[in-house]
Amino acid sequence: MKIEDDSSNSEKFELITFSIGSQDFCMDIILVREIRGWTNVTMLPHAPKDVLGVMNLRGAVVPIVDLSARLGLGVCESKERDVIIITLIEKKIVGFLVTAVSDIIELSQTDIQPMPQMGGKKENQFVKGIYISDNKTLRVLDIASLAASMTTAQESV
Amino acid sequence: MASLIELRQVFFQECEEQLEDLTDGLTALEGSEDFSNLDPEIINRMFRAVHSVKGGAASFSLDAITQFAHAYESILDELRSGKLTLNQKIINTFFTSADYLTDLVSLGAENVEPIAAELESKIKDLSALSGSMKFGAGVSEEDDCIAAFTPLALSGEMQFPPVEDVNGSVFEIYFKPTLDLYANGHEPVQIFRELSTLGVLEVQCKFDRDFKWDQAEPAIEWHLALSTNQSESEILEIFEFSEPYAKIEISSKVADITVSAPIESVSKHPASTPTMEKPNAAPDPAGEVHSAEPSAIRSAISAAPKATVRVDLDLVDELINLVGELVITQSVMTQSITEQDGIGGRQLSTTLEDFKSLTRTIQEGVMAIRAQSVKPLFQRMARIVRETAQIAGKEVRFATEGEDTEVDRTVIERLVDPLTHILRNAVDHGLEDAALRSQAGKDRIGTVTLSAAHRSGRVVIEVIDDGGGVQREKVLSSAIEKGLVPQAAQLSDSDIDRLLFLPGFSTAASVTNLSGRGVGMDVVNSEIRRLGGRVAIISHPGSGTTISISLPLTLAVLDGMVVDVADETMVVPISAIVETIRPDTSQIHQIGPAARMIAVREKMVPIIELGAVFGCAPIKNHTNDGILVIVEDDKGEHFALAVDKIRDQRQVVIKSLESNYGHVPFVAAATILGDGQIALIVDLDEITHQVSVDQSRSIQSIEAIA
Repeated sequence: MKIEDDSSNSEKFELITFSIGSQDFCMDIILVREIRGWTNVTMLPHAPKDVLGVMNLRGAVVPIVDLSARLGLGVCESKERDVIIITLIEKKIVGFLVTAVSDIIELSQTDIQPMPQMGGKKENQFVKGIYISDNKTLRVLDIASLAASMTTAQESV
Repeated sequence: MASLIELRQVFFQECEEQLEDLTDGLTALEGSEDFSNLDPEIINRMFRAVHSVKGGAASFSLDAITQFAHAYESILDELRSGKLTLNQKIINTFFTSADYLTDLVSLGAENVEPIAAELESKIKDLSALSGSMKFGAGVSEEDDCIAAFTPLALSGEMQFPPVEDVNGSVFEIYFKPTLDLYANGHEPVQIFRELSTLGVLEVQCKFDRDFKWDQAEPAIEWHLALSTNQSESEILEIFEFSEPYAKIEISSKVADITVSAPIESVSKHPASTPTMEKPNAAPDPAGEVHSAEPSAIRSAISAAPKATVRVDLDLVDELINLVGELVITQSVMTQSITEQDGIGGRQLSTTLEDFKSLTRTIQEGVMAIRAQSVKPLFQRMARIVRETAQIAGKEVRFATEGEDTEVDRTVIERLVDPLTHILRNAVDHGLEDAALRSQAGKDRIGTVTLSAAHRSGRVVIEVIDDGGGVQREKVLSSAIEKGLVPQAAQLSDSDIDRLLFLPGFSTAASVTNLSGRGVGMDVVNSEIRRLGGRVAIISHPGSGTTISISLPLTLAVLDGMVVDVADETMVVPISAIVETIRPDTSQIHQIGPAARMIAVREKMVPIIELGAVFGCAPIKNHTNDGILVIVEDDKGEHFALAVDKIRDQRQVVIKSLESNYGHVPFVAAATILGDGQIALIVDLDEITHQVSVDQSRSIQSIEAIA
């Protein structure tokens, strides 16, 4: 929740922007460890649909989450061309599958508009703000709460 | 004061070693046949251990330890000087006192003050042994404590009765240090002290009084006479590191030595603190000569302490992880190179082989770092046996074998509880009362043996008692009474023995302090299984019971069978596998809509579709193309796991799934295969447990048919 801590001042922080399908998102770059291409994963039995499986990341067993399915945007189809953003969230390494990573932008808290109340749909649950630049609408993802909910979803199985 | 805290930690770590020495000595004393003719070395070593604890404790103001160690030390001193003759009672008090000292040290480590009354009574117990009653409960000989800290005091811990009968040769050693000796941190006193462990050492120091003030080289030289039965090479070994920095001449003459009147001003009085002059310190006109008697360590070469390094466990674990990755990377590399064969040619493949064998050596070496000897564990167990025997009112002789066997640290830690249970059972249930024993023509004193050994890549730990063995009728009737087995069950002897591992089983008529609550052996069994091991019980009526635990050497690596299940690769732990079969359709019996059974050696074994368990494949109409892996669960029940293909049998490095994800049902952990892919290790206990709950009804109906 680094972003909220900084909300009082206009300090700049960096975000990484990526796309899922036709929508654009961004997340705090502090959490990102690396970005890599798709490799085969080993499925986990009885896991939620959006958990694709686990991947071997230099000897570590890393779960890969289909961010599209996680946000309720439908299951990602063409995995081979997609990329995985490896994040480190509260000592857990989690990979998120997205369509493409595009840019790194610098924003201050004041640039981000709060999310209008639009009902409790899955997508909006994890979007904590919107940034509009030129002709693009960037949804700022709260990736930490996304990762935290992964375990709860999995425990309820 | 971070450094003080560190020093304190070091002190407590060293205490552990000292206490280990003490217990070692006690065990040796107990084992000696003639209490009137003891090996003085053993007592010396014990004395030194207690003394070091006392000295260290005093410097950290741990008064309770200091007081108690002082009382202990005084008694040992009396024993050493022959004022006290050892008997079994004294040994028992020594043991309990050693236990109490261990308690005090661990209390001290946690900064907890011990109960004063208990301390008082324990000290009294010790002083009651004293022949002379000359010391009180307090630290009466403060000066003694202080003496131990005088850095150069050789006498402090070497007041041994003169041993005059040292046969062997006399070595005359001339030792002249150069400046470099001191520059490299060598200290002649340390070297001489080391020498004195070999035999009787006389030191004569010559100081050049005409040395020039600007002279750089030390103006001092020593003439030493060492009477020892050790060889010259032993002496040379001591000088090994100082040799380049000093002029050393060793000449020997064989003689039958008595400690002869030393040449010139010899201070033969051990109590007076000798002053060993450093060359650049204020010169003492007369060269001081010091004589020291041999001490214990060298004579018992087998018990000579090995040089060790203390390493942070996290560092070792990190190294193990890295080596695990190295092994994986190596196999990934091998696989990808073999896939594009022909490119590298012969040279590449030989290099690859070398690399393979190197990584394997590194892996073994790193695993060995984590390994620890089971000795501390066994010593802890000795205490438990003593205490249990006391409560049960039985006389027990406790023997250990294979104390030097090395096992992974974590395994050792997790063995404490199971072994405690087993040993308590062995003493309380296993051994008969003394009266019964003599009736049966056995030694009144029962023997419990704890042994450890490496056997075909596993560690086997056995608890052997020479008691009455398992009373099978009693066990069976008790199990029937408790409803654990059906009334008309026909069980073989070993089946009955295994009933001891059933949850809720107990034959003890009354619940005692020690045992009889019916928790115990089943806990032992499940804990050992969690470690990837197995427990077996072998009993001979009238002559005793052996409980044998077989464990993997390490928890970081597992022997597994790599199988294919519905396009996924899984690993089944080998330790649970009984056999694998390719079944004939006629052997398989369909029961109801889904359940299937197979007859294996006249037993009906339920078949578990591994694919269905993991929800990755619909249950196929099985023909006989599948392979069944027969596994045994912790209750001894057999299950058949249906898999598509057996690929390999190999050691796999265990990787936790919990650290990045969470618990996955029916999966124990993950591992990385040669192709870099992750494979899941199946949790057999969870699967079989689930199945036995699901199928318990249908199993019963099968039994009726069979």
